Amino acid sequence: MLRYLAGRLLRAILTIFLVITFAFFVLHLSGDPAMMILSADAPPESIKAFRAAWGLDRPLWIQYLAYIVHALAGDLGNSMRDGRPAIDLVLERVPATLAITLPAFALKLCIGIPAGIYAALHRNSLADRLTMMLSVAGFTVPSFVLALVLVLVFSVKLGWLPSAGNDKATSVILPIVTLGLAGAAILARFTRSAMLEVLGQPYIRAASAKGLAWRRVVVQHALPNAAIPTTTIVGFMVGTLIAGAVVVESVFAWPGIGRLLVSAVSNRDLAVVQAILLLVAATMVTANIIVDFIYGWIDPRMRSRGVVGST
Amino acid sequence: MSAAPELLQRGPVARFLEGWPLLTLAALLWIGAMVVVAAGADFLAPYSFTALDLRARLTPPVFMGGSWHHPLGSDELGRDVLSRLIMSIRLSLLIAFFGTLLAATFGTAMGFVAAHFRGKIEGLVLMMIDFQASVPFLIVALAVLAFFGNSLVLFVMLMGLNSWERYARIARGLTISANEQGYAAAVRQLGASNLRVYGLHVLPNIASTLIVSMTITFPETILLESGLSFLGLGVQPPLSSLGNMVGYGREYLTSAPWIMLCPAAVIVLSTLSISIVGDWLRDRLDPTLR
Repeated sequence: MLRYLAGRLLRAILTIFLVITFAFFVLHLSGDPAMMILSADAPPESIKAFRAAWGLDRPLWIQYLAYIVHALAGDLGNSMRDGRPAIDLVLERVPATLAITLPAFALKLCIGIPAGIYAALHRNSLADRLTMMLSVAGFTVPSFVLALVLVLVFSVKLGWLPSAGNDKATSVILPIVTLGLAGAAILARFTRSAMLEVLGQPYIRAASAKGLAWRRVVVQHALPNAAIPTTTIVGFMVGTLIAGAVVVESVFAWPGIGRLLVSAVSNRDLAVVQAILLLVAATMVTANIIVDFIYGWIDPRMRSRGVVGST
Repeated sequence: MSAAPELLQRGPVARFLEGWPLLTLAALLWIGAMVVVAAGADFLAPYSFTALDLRARLTPPVFMGGSWHHPLGSDELGRDVLSRLIMSIRLSLLIAFFGTLLAATFGTAMGFVAAHFRGKIEGLVLMMIDFQASVPFLIVALAVLAFFGNSLVLFVMLMGLNSWERYARIARGLTISANEQGYAAAVRQLGASNLRVYGLHVLPNIASTLIVSMTITFPETILLESGLSFLGLGVQPPLSSLGNMVGYGREYLTSAPWIMLCPAAVIVLSTLSISIVGDWLRDRLDPTLR
């Protein structure tokens, strides 16, 4: 188990390293930030000075090495727009993003998992069909459409909630609901199919055949086994806490990471985009590792074998 | 659904509906309509999609008390929403189609390569799959788009990168098991080249699973494209896609909600239809995926 986790950790670090490298080369090969920031018809001297100031005149691999060395020391470079450290710009947006993604995450869990379990236990009932219909809608309605429809109904027509911004306490409701509903639909579908899969297993039949009450069969045999695949998708949702709200934040003018990313991307602010990519990759990878730990905890088979998670 | 009458007494209609549920038929009909609209966009659009009519700005659509002059209303510059919608449907479908095709081709090829060579090369492909799965693609797409600038060709290629790993995973798994079955070995013994074995023998055997996967990635690609275009980072004006229209319709949410609602409805109905058809295809073609 320990060796397995050590290997897992190594792979996680490798993944983060790959993401940084990928980001660095894609972003540096794709265009000249000097031209973007200063505009193409700036005087050649100032473009040259800009390049020298940001180290853009050095060979690419030297820039890369310098970036890696600095990144290891926690320095991700400065924003080319306002000169502040990119990492600060990114980190100060984290609370705003978490303020909508964490409650949305709770909403997903509280609606999605019970709905999925209920639907599976009452297969083909009206409630099951309704849940599945809603969950298909959750897959197919893009988040910006859902967001705009909610704005149209609750802000424009009814006037109950603010349509954008973060100046009122109620501003937070619509973004949370938008994110939560879509995620709950996906989670409900997953939970349902995981439950159905488990309920079809011979050990469930064996448990009811030996006279166990159905409630105990479900609670003691079905739920723990269905929890294993569900953990995977929940873990993925944890990984998107930081960057899963790009579109929603931009609809509601919410000052989080997502909007910073969109504006950094349109401004071609290399360092900020790289810092966000790194943060996102780190969150995803950490979430994956946590999921692997939880696997070991909820699934006794994994403790001895230690081969889960590898596709 | 309804109480089933005696098997022999069922009419031809009932028997037909057994294999072709109404919902699936409706979905197929919608997809067919979209394809017709996309193919005949130039003939169907009543106006040029960039034509301005400043005297008829923000006129409401027919169902909101407007005239048949602009059936779906007009936008802030007096451009006909219906014409823009038709053009947007064409562009969005084209992007999603080529994106999906690219993903399927590239992913399947990578899966074949991994399954054929095994060892280090397979490890490399698996690492790329892991990498793809470890970062939300929207973020990567945003980064790449912004820094490479935005051309339609690049955008389509990016859409193709979105879900290749799904095909790679499926193709690899199925090919490994196919290679262990008799037929692949038999053809190989007969002296067929690798290209022939994979293209003419393995591919047809795993095609149904791949096609079902395409019905999953096609709506995903539509959603990704419209999401990026909505953010203003996808399809650039003067071209127009469905996400684009929703994006600028947002500004007129209070005064002219139809600019946003029409393309939004098309997006939702299209992705929904493809999902329904995909589920139905899966049940028909590939019982193992259920």
